[in-house]
Amino acid sequence: MTEPVLSVRNLQVEFASRRGTLRAIDGVSFDIAKGEVLGVVGESGAGKSVTGLSVIGLIDPPGRISGGEIRLSGLRIDNLPPEELRRVRGKRIGMIFQDPLTSLNPLYRVGDQIIETIRTHLNMSETAARRRAIDLLAEVGIPAPDKRIDGYPHEFSGGMRQRVVIALAICAEPELIVADEPTTALDVSVQAQIISLIKRLGRDHGTAVMLVTHDMGVIAETSDRVAVMYAGRVAEIGPVQDVVKNPLHPYAKGLMGAIPTLAGEDKRLVQIPGSMPRLSAIPRGCSFNPRCASAFDRCRIDRPEPLPRGTQSVACHLYDSVPAESAA
Amino acid sequence: MLAFTLRRAIQAVGVMIAVGIISFSMFRFAGDPVNQMVGMDTSGAERAAIRKSLGLDDPVIVQFGRYVGNAAQFKFGVSYQFRLPVTNLLMERMPATLELAICATIFAMVTGILMGVYSALRRDSWLSHIFQAVSLVGISLPTFLIGILMIYLFSVTLGWLPSFGRGDVVHIGWWTTGLLTLSGLKALIMPSITLGLFQMTLIMRLVRAEMLEVMRTDYIRFARARGLTTRAIHFGHALRNTMVPVITVAGLQFGSVIAFAIITETVFQWPGMGLLFVQAVQNVDIPIMAAYLMMVSLIFVTINLMVDILYTIVDPRLRSTVSRAH
Repeated sequence: MTEPVLSVRNLQVEFASRRGTLRAIDGVSFDIAKGEVLGVVGESGAGKSVTGLSVIGLIDPPGRISGGEIRLSGLRIDNLPPEELRRVRGKRIGMIFQDPLTSLNPLYRVGDQIIETIRTHLNMSETAARRRAIDLLAEVGIPAPDKRIDGYPHEFSGGMRQRVVIALAICAEPELIVADEPTTALDVSVQAQIISLIKRLGRDHGTAVMLVTHDMGVIAETSDRVAVMYAGRVAEIGPVQDVVKNPLHPYAKGLMGAIPTLAGEDKRLVQIPGSMPRLSAIPRGCSFNPRCASAFDRCRIDRPEPLPRGTQSVACHLYDSVPAESAA
Repeated sequence: MLAFTLRRAIQAVGVMIAVGIISFSMFRFAGDPVNQMVGMDTSGAERAAIRKSLGLDDPVIVQFGRYVGNAAQFKFGVSYQFRLPVTNLLMERMPATLELAICATIFAMVTGILMGVYSALRRDSWLSHIFQAVSLVGISLPTFLIGILMIYLFSVTLGWLPSFGRGDVVHIGWWTTGLLTLSGLKALIMPSITLGLFQMTLIMRLVRAEMLEVMRTDYIRFARARGLTTRAIHFGHALRNTMVPVITVAGLQFGSVIAFAIITETVFQWPGMGLLFVQAVQNVDIPIMAAYLMMVSLIFVTINLMVDILYTIVDPRLRSTVSRAH
């Protein structure tokens, strides 16, 4: 097996606060292979975005990566000095943020922002960079790119701006794109276009994509594999069709049950009772145990570690030494 | 864009007419000018003759019309104390005041922006704390006190800088400048700092607050995610975005710099318009006071207009909304 583009091992991220240290990410591990799209899904505050920001090295104080390691094509990047990390950002990892309306600097032409980024990372003349910027805009589907390159961000619609942001993320041919809720701020009709654009670019360039979202529909449509996060940990990870069809973790089951179907079955959507614990009050044992219908004594004492199960990996005591039948 | 500029220019003319009415009414309400000009023993007939020769018998509207007409040609009558045309007096004094105000503003902008950027980027360094303390002093201590303290330190105790006046000046046409001689430059230092200190602290605090605000925005985070250099992010992206409010404040403050120059000029016996105005107030020399009011308003209004136009150069969003709205 070839080396994964991104390899995260036992990542821990902590935020120092007045009332002690809060652990936002606690032992997250996953890999993304070349050309693969990994969907990261979970409720607000599950640690999806923090994981994405750790990968690109943008965790700001008071937050810090306190343990584990992140490797990009074998190179360890979580402990690089700031200047070397900066060279990785934008060049080897591209980032797409949630809100295209605020991601671009309003005072600069979009072309200047693209050219600036290209010339920061690639040794190119102004004119060559401009040609490349026009090609990029064309590639992300902006009509008349040779004219639009001189437009200001406020002259673009939300969807078009997100295309510009994507062009900026891929302008130095990165190995990995981290997309943090890239469609959340967009109209539903535009969402589908952006999703297929990201998917196409990943395929054409062999770029690995880490797609952070809370939208299971988006994941099902784009991802090869999916990681379900809960309270700073990966509850379950596996190929997307397996996890959607046959979720193992009780939380993943709940999530999948909450997806409305178009089949028109007249069923109530399943709701997971309660809400995710705050970082300052994560329960002992399995952090999901207070909301879990299948919780038993051990869940309130021991923290479950991820266990391989078929193509999936699940962190749940139901699948540990206990026969699967009794868990059902 | 042109329509926008024109509209602002018309508004500016409106403001100037309003100021004209105020400055004209000073003549009507601040006592009888004839009494100021003549002695105790002047006869009633002589008083009437003076009154007639000055046109004070005409209806108010006619007098106002004449006043505005003259003011538009920069004729503001004759000073009661000096018996010289007010325009000549003001023109003679204006270079001193403008030079002082411009030096003070440049001082305030340069040091204010540098200190503001530094204290925003290195929030916890000891130098930032010193800047904060200095800015507190600048805001809370009155101008004249700082001026007097500086005179005491640098002129009386150390003897480095002159305590009053402009030093040697060079005449270029009707303009006189102190920028070309050593003594002129030395004489500028303390008054400029005294006058600019308040503005400097204001700009520093503004730049610091704006910069901290901008550094939190998504586009700065995205710029970092794009791997741009820290230098490009701080000075290319963040600083330019803080400039819009800074231009506004610095521009508007330039007017009050000229107004505050009255105090600084008095402290340093600076031969500018402010000193002339203070003397005019003491002697109820209304033509000078009225003309000073008009001149300062004109400068204010002109600067406001320039600031409005400058915005559209810095911020492209205004450019298009402006052309769309008109």
